[in-house]
Amino acid sequence: MASNSEVGGSSADYETMMSTSDVELLKRAWRNEKAAPEILQYEGALVERAKEQIELVEETIEDYVENGKDPLVVSLYQMDLDRTQFLLRSYLRVRLLKIEKFMFHNLKSEEAERRLSEQERVFATKCADDLAKHFEETVLLKLPQNYQSVLKQSAISEVDDMVPQPHLETFVVCRSNNFVSLNLYEEGESPETVEMERGDLYFIRYKIVKGAIESGQIDLI
Amino acid sequence: MAGQTDPHISLFSPQEVEFMAEDELVEIVPNMNMEQLNFISGDFGLFIPQIPTKVPLWLAVALKRRGKCSFRPPGWMSVDNLTQILEAERESQSTFQALPFSYVEIARLLFDHAHDDIPDKYMVRSLVEDIRDVRLHKLETNLGSFQGTSAVKISNVSAMEVNIVRPFVRRALEAFYKHDKPEADVGRDTRSSRQQREANNEPRRPLRQR
Repeated sequence: MASNSEVGGSSADYETMMSTSDVELLKRAWRNEKAAPEILQYEGALVERAKEQIELVEETIEDYVENGKDPLVVSLYQMDLDRTQFLLRSYLRVRLLKIEKFMFHNLKSEEAERRLSEQERVFATKCADDLAKHFEETVLLKLPQNYQSVLKQSAISEVDDMVPQPHLETFVVCRSNNFVSLNLYEEGESPETVEMERGDLYFIRYKIVKGAIESGQIDLI
Repeated sequence: MAGQTDPHISLFSPQEVEFMAEDELVEIVPNMNMEQLNFISGDFGLFIPQIPTKVPLWLAVALKRRGKCSFRPPGWMSVDNLTQILEAERESQSTFQALPFSYVEIARLLFDHAHDDIPDKYMVRSLVEDIRDVRLHKLETNLGSFQGTSAVKISNVSAMEVNIVRPFVRRALEAFYKHDKPEADVGRDTRSSRQQREANNEPRRPLRQR
């Protein structure tokens, strides 16, 4: 079976040194997605590869069962399959949860929209349309003229203040994979930096580590 | 259902933390012959009687439950090492000793399924529990001494411990950050944040300083 390169040593420190297996990557993506307050970049290639491998293993298991292979081995393969499926499903479900939570925001913001997959975008648009329609029919059309928008509180609002935004100032726990030096404050307030050695754990504001997570230097725990 | 943890209690459910820990490699000694296993997560095997081999924790537990192998307890789980760590933990008020990130989960799984493979199992178990208590207590007391910063370094804290304190620390740090200005407010904020803490993830109430 086309399994990817070895998992390497026994500690998580080897992950960045040697190439990591798809399961490791999927686990990392799942963890990051769960811990982050906003939706992260969709790992399309990873999900596709994982789906292929899962299908392959499902077929293999069917063959094994038909050929009467040792039931212990079959059950072990089944367990591994279950674990991978759980990761994949949970990853997709967490993303859906975030999409539903910040529905209008995801469609409005360019950056967020880029991070969705094709199917997620279709889902989000349809969901937002349905929700807007529901609100309009049940409540909004019965309100006075100025208050009929789904996105704005009233016609005099300058921004879309009825749209909940992800809370980027929230604190997350992270561990860095390399030596990383980050600016604590933005826009030249007081340029304090925090330096993270490899393997340090930090409670830190999400905004500060956002870029480093995308580039893979930092993992969320 | 996968992915449906209540974000107000904790980000990851204990089962999910255990799930993540189950990929850690442990050493087992099989007592039967089995071919190499080509899993999605990696290749493991060959399994030859009396030849130790490294497998993920979940696989090891599955084999053990079917009586196909015995465990080699990891090096850090010896009585000597744990006693040393316990003393070091008790001595220092603010630093944590280096323990494997998932030591709680690994120890729990080994005690549940492989207790006959651990020498001095009662001693080891009570040592691990003592270490857990001391560390949790240290975490609780250290939480009261946060300054209003944007980043707090927590070294050598394990996965389970992080998961337990995460909701509280998140809210406390956010409150600090919001009221970031004068240092004089730190004492007042700490006390009020502490009272809001929910106790449902902690097995015991906060211990008093001796």
